[in-house]
Amino acid sequence: MTIYLDYNATAPVRPAVIEAMTEAARRHGNPSSVHASGRAARHRIEAARRDIAALIGRDDGDVIFTGSGTEADALAVRGLGRTSIAVSAIEHDAVLAAAPGAARIPVASDGVVDLCALEALLSTETPGLVCVMWANNETGAVQPVAEIARLAHTAGWLLHVDAVQGAGRLDPAALSEADSIALSAHKLGGPPGVGALLVREGLAVTALIGGGGQERGRRSGTENDIGIAGFAVAATIAAQERETEVARLSALRSRIEDGVRRRATDVRIPGGDADRLCNTVSVALPGVAAETQVMTLDLAGIAVSAGSACSSGKVKRSHVLDAMFPGDPVAAEAIRVSLGWNSTMDDCDRFLHAWGAMRDRLSPVARPSNAESVPE
Amino acid sequence: MDRQTCDPATSPSYLCAMSDAFPDLDLGLPEPRGERRVVVAMSGGVDSSVTAALLKEAGYDVVGITLQLYDHGSAVGRKGACCAGQDIYDASLVAERIGIPHYVLDYESRFRESVIDDFADSYLRGETPIPCVRCNQTVKFRDLLSTARDLGAEALATGHYVRRVMGAAGPELHRAVDPGKDQSYFLFATTPEQLAFLRFPLGGLTKEQTRDHARRFGLEVQDKPDSQDICFVPNGNYAEIVKKLRPGAADPGEIVHLDGTVMGWHEGIVHYTIGQRRGLGIGGRKGEDGTPDTDPLYVVRLDPESRRVIVGPRAALGATTVRIGEVNWLGTGALSRSGDAVRVAAKLRSTQGPATGTLYRDASGARLELDDPQFGISAGQAAVFYDAGQGTRVLGGGWIVGTDAGDNGAPVETASARLTASNPPRISPVFVAE
Repeated sequence: MTIYLDYNATAPVRPAVIEAMTEAARRHGNPSSVHASGRAARHRIEAARRDIAALIGRDDGDVIFTGSGTEADALAVRGLGRTSIAVSAIEHDAVLAAAPGAARIPVASDGVVDLCALEALLSTETPGLVCVMWANNETGAVQPVAEIARLAHTAGWLLHVDAVQGAGRLDPAALSEADSIALSAHKLGGPPGVGALLVREGLAVTALIGGGGQERGRRSGTENDIGIAGFAVAATIAAQERETEVARLSALRSRIEDGVRRRATDVRIPGGDADRLCNTVSVALPGVAAETQVMTLDLAGIAVSAGSACSSGKVKRSHVLDAMFPGDPVAAEAIRVSLGWNSTMDDCDRFLHAWGAMRDRLSPVARPSNAESVPE
Repeated sequence: MDRQTCDPATSPSYLCAMSDAFPDLDLGLPEPRGERRVVVAMSGGVDSSVTAALLKEAGYDVVGITLQLYDHGSAVGRKGACCAGQDIYDASLVAERIGIPHYVLDYESRFRESVIDDFADSYLRGETPIPCVRCNQTVKFRDLLSTARDLGAEALATGHYVRRVMGAAGPELHRAVDPGKDQSYFLFATTPEQLAFLRFPLGGLTKEQTRDHARRFGLEVQDKPDSQDICFVPNGNYAEIVKKLRPGAADPGEIVHLDGTVMGWHEGIVHYTIGQRRGLGIGGRKGEDGTPDTDPLYVVRLDPESRRVIVGPRAALGATTVRIGEVNWLGTGALSRSGDAVRVAAKLRSTQGPATGTLYRDASGARLELDDPQFGISAGQAAVFYDAGQGTRVLGGGWIVGTDAGDNGAPVETASARLTASNPPRISPVFVAE
């Protein structure tokens, strides 16, 4: 039995989501059609839009459904019509690839955007679009997006927030001033293949994909109403359970952090000093390649990840950790453990057992002699 | 299916011809096999795919690893193409089919440092490199082997056609059974410690038998052709790669006869190779009596410092003494001390049969005294020693650093080989699949 600890890559689909999607699949109707079936489909999609806006506390916003979080980021970066673009150094590849020539905003060693550098950049460059993610997918470090929105607007910039990892895990009040927000269903326990871009009402967005003019001309292609139905249910559950889940997952994460620290004094937790997502921890084992750690744990039945995944499956060096610790080998020695709705304390203990065995076998640093024994 | 019997009524015909085609899959590890982890280096080709499938079938805990060695997209000159080529995709497909975990490791920077840089520098030194030996020696048998150990594996298996035979004093390296596929020349640098951990299940098979197994397992790669080029130069244009990495390799210079006559100009020594006769771009010349000198001229030397291509008659290519560096000794006992001597059959390039001679250990490596002169020996190639008797056991090998001519007594400085893109090379950089 695999212990799945890679929710930031994708979460298992929630049973209620499967039910909702199964039900949706039994219905039919193109939301653009005139007839009754079409109108019913339209009605379900508009209801889903409200559920998704509610997840991030932006009932005032205008939700555009997309095929992924990546597409939502690209739609914001390229569709908001700003030529001057600044991005944080720790953005997801979705944003970095959409804005190849963008100015980079550095981060401090805790993984949080350097606000002084940001302010300086905003005042010197031509006002345009600044992109800062809500929480980083590798370290979990939460970015001060409310403060960044204030700085950006003062300097005449728009703010796009990639909220793919933060949604359902953080208090949405922080997003109240963001101009656009990218979301993805499958990180919440919804299906892959559905994302959304929420834009401030009245903000013009130019489509990347033309055609039938769906989503009010901003994203053509017949709406994925089955996926959207699943997305809406996942968003609703995430919003309802957010406070209890944050408490529960924080305890699980502490179990893991305390456990690895007890087993190895040389372990590092990049971003550990920052305000972080309740479900995410980056664990670096000095002297052991991240890919070796990921393979070793996988062979022991534990699913974690490192760096950013390439479609070939190889582990790429983490640009996030490189930005936090330039020239430090930690970027090639850290794995990411991420928890979610189906994670249990038992999962954490099994992880610690496998991780401890790996550490004792591979780490060049001797196990501390005063290490207390930990119940496995 | 029962591997020991074959019923022509129920078995495909190719299997009935395979009675001897099941290799010995006893890896010499303690039982039970299911608890013995073996990493297989999977290139995505037929050979390593069959290796993995056979070991899985034999009951081992097989883990497949594919190395991403270079950016495939940029190697084939396609912008935006994925770093991983078809071979990586094929390997993962095979792993999925046979039901083993499979990982892709990013070895791009190690491969560049250990193999590609050396490849280019070797050309600049006036040598003909064998990048596949360097690759086996470094990224595969040093780095991947170490990762295999880290994963708890007890052996690393590859699809090389070479045999590892247990002798009285430990594992020995022997030629493959199939002489047409034998890859022992490319594995001379395998150290005894590495050999202890390595396994080569295909050494006893012919290529056709390997393909039969691929068909038997239903592997998608069963008809995939063998690679014909150095992997990181998929279009075969070595000179272009070297010029890109080391622009000085394309500096023009003189073509000079051994007697000092300047015969013409060339556009970079990278385009020339030792022993090359055609395409020199120089006219004939007059002999001492004024008649045309019709003796063909060969490239006998490349001088990287003066950027000269030196040409001369065929006789100038002959050598009886070969100086060898970085010697790896796999034989038993002998040649461990300076002054030791041993009779060997030496292979001086991959495509040539062995020549007999006596090998002497000396302070800087080894000296091979050939019984008969050999022509066109190039620095940067490998000299691989086989036992002088039956000639199947690899006793070791090293890198050729230079030669000394025979009868005329004149020492010939390091004769260097180059490859030309526009002319069929007499000696090309040597590669090996897998």
